[in-house]
Amino acid sequence: MILQWLRKEVADTFLATVREMPPMSVPPASFEAGRNQHSSTKILKELLGEVPKDALKLLGITGMDLCIPILTYVFGEAQLGGTAAVVSTARLRQEFYGGAPDRPLFLERVRKESLHELGHTFGLIHCRSGECVMHLSNTVVDVDAKGRNFCTYCRTVAASNAGGGSGK
Amino acid sequence: MTMEKTVNIMVVDDEEIVRESLTSWLEEDGYHVECAEGGKKALERLPERNWDLMLVDLKMPGMDGIQLMDEVHKTSPDMLVIIMTAFATVDTAVKAMKKGAYDYFVKPFNPDDISLTIRKIVDHRKLVQENQFLRKELKKQYKLRDMISKNEKMLEIFDLARTVARSNSTVLIQGESGTGKELLARAIHDESPRTNAPFISVSCASLTESLLESELFGHEKGAFTGAAALKRGKLELAQDGTLFLDEIGDISLKLQMDLLRVLEQREFRRVGGSDLIAIGSRILAATNRDLKKAIAEGRFRPDLYYRLNVISIQIPPLRERREDIPLLVEHFIEKFNIEMGKEIRGVSEGAMRIMVDNEWPGNARELRNVVERAMVVAKGNLITEADVSLSSSGPGANPGAKSLEEIEKEHIRLVLNENHWNIVRSAHTLGIDRVTLYNKIKKYGLKREGVAPKE
Ligand SMILES: Nc1ncnc2c1ncn2[C@@H]1O[C@H](COP(=O)(O)OP(=O)(O)OP(=O)(O)O)[C@@H](O)[C@H]1O
Ligand SMILES: [Mg+2]
Ligand SMILES: [Zn+2]
Ligand SMILES: [Zn+2]
Repeated sequence: MILQWLRKEVADTFLATVREMPPMSVPPASFEAGRNQHSSTKILKELLGEVPKDALKLLGITGMDLCIPILTYVFGEAQLGGTAAVVSTARLRQEFYGGAPDRPLFLERVRKESLHELGHTFGLIHCRSGECVMHLSNTVVDVDAKGRNFCTYCRTVAASNAGGGSGK
Repeated sequence: MTMEKTVNIMVVDDEEIVRESLTSWLEEDGYHVECAEGGKKALERLPERNWDLMLVDLKMPGMDGIQLMDEVHKTSPDMLVIIMTAFATVDTAVKAMKKGAYDYFVKPFNPDDISLTIRKIVDHRKLVQENQFLRKELKKQYKLRDMISKNEKMLEIFDLARTVARSNSTVLIQGESGTGKELLARAIHDESPRTNAPFISVSCASLTESLLESELFGHEKGAFTGAAALKRGKLELAQDGTLFLDEIGDISLKLQMDLLRVLEQREFRRVGGSDLIAIGSRILAATNRDLKKAIAEGRFRPDLYYRLNVISIQIPPLRERREDIPLLVEHFIEKFNIEMGKEIRGVSEGAMRIMVDNEWPGNARELRNVVERAMVVAKGNLITEADVSLSSSGPGANPGAKSLEEIEKEHIRLVLNENHWNIVRSAHTLGIDRVTLYNKIKKYGLKREGVAPKE
């Protein structure tokens, strides 16, 4: 259900066709036992092997909490200027912080982080503008505070990167 | 393409997954990142470009992080190096700081911490270089803000304090009552770039659990009965300044857990509130308790200890640095001359000998109080033996093989009885604060003896 909704949001933003793939299980090798989290880098590698021939980008959504060895957590990871991205919903829920569930807020966060990570695959780096979805957000407070779309600058850069690369 | 100048970062770590993930994360922030899997490779790559920063793992086979930093500094003395380390090697990391690392991170670290640190480095690079020059100039002095000493260990502490003042690392200051823990905390704040922001001190010992909770976190209006208005907690009031958690060894296990979570996530909620508030302040903590022992006895959480003890400073008691006693006496006389409008010139030899020989369980604070009292009663412009009242039993009155604790216990009992168990007056005489006195009464199981018998 959330994927269906997200599919439309992503399609509307990037003006592209977005397809939902059958669910994949999180690779067991990505589990970091001592931390009870999953390595986003390892998941990303796994995703890369699953990219359909006709797809330009692949976005993975997981409920697992993600991390990289050096950071306590990440909301997601992407290949900068590459193909794959992954977003974790674990820390985007109010429940994670002891709050009451807030579905609209949760969806808004999933949307922002998905666009953000996909933005990275289009070669975008963090944007100084707080209005832009590419603004760095390490906490949900930051996620909620930043804008929900790409700023004009990022939009232009992403479009030129996409156009300059291989066709669809 | 960004319009700003690219920032070049070198990541040195023997683990591929660390290099890969950190690189990808930093690249998303717009930095140019390259990696090396060890010290040798890193040195080879050094001439390749104008590096702004190196992130170096402490433990690597062959050349470790500190050795690498030393080598790098031989050819590029201004290179900013951040050492990455695991809990177990915090001591080494402190050594790294002293050897010139800009900062260090304990793995795994908070994404926000590293983003902010790197941004700051990039923004303030120039400022830091100026500071380093100043620091070298200051090194020669016996002073750190309001603190003085000529003891070797203390001078090392002053040095370390100046170094850590630049970083955002949490510092745990340990030492007996009256050794100058709070003074040192203030000095660190004053030496830091946060000097113009507030220094907020919370005494964790004097409050009940729920009071301390609302003192720290604040509360929303109506959070509990009596919460008539919104109150901002000290965490909030500290803003971008320094929050000093005094007597941290005295907080309840529940609050320890809350505090740990808050320190890890660097955000908190007011009691009864739902909004998360980010912490911008730097945290310093102090205690006069033996936290290692408290951990062994299950009274203090080890994880909180490690969080706080990123940099550890142990201030030695005054009796282990008696060379400071004459220096401090002189310092206090100067200070009180101004405050009291007196013109005391010094101390007689006999008076000085008594003071140098004393054990000073209340350390510098007790010494300060003794000097203050002596100056009040002094007839001429010299403090003599008769003016120095060391509230009876000095070490001479307690000969034999007694532990320091026994002497302290007896001494406290004596002072309490002399003052008819007036806590405020006794604490003043002992040169410790009321809370410390209560704690010691509890610790030694001291009880008021019937009708205080004279003699
Ligand atoms: N090195 C020093 N130089 C000058 N004054 C000092 C020094 N050390 C301590 N003092 C004096 O001792 C007083 C007590 O110091 P401070 O309050 O920092 O002690 P503390 O370690 O925090 O004690 P407690 O554990 O009882 O809270 C200071 O106000 C200052 O007057
Ligand atoms: Mg104190
Ligand atoms: Zn932008
Ligand atoms: Zn990002």
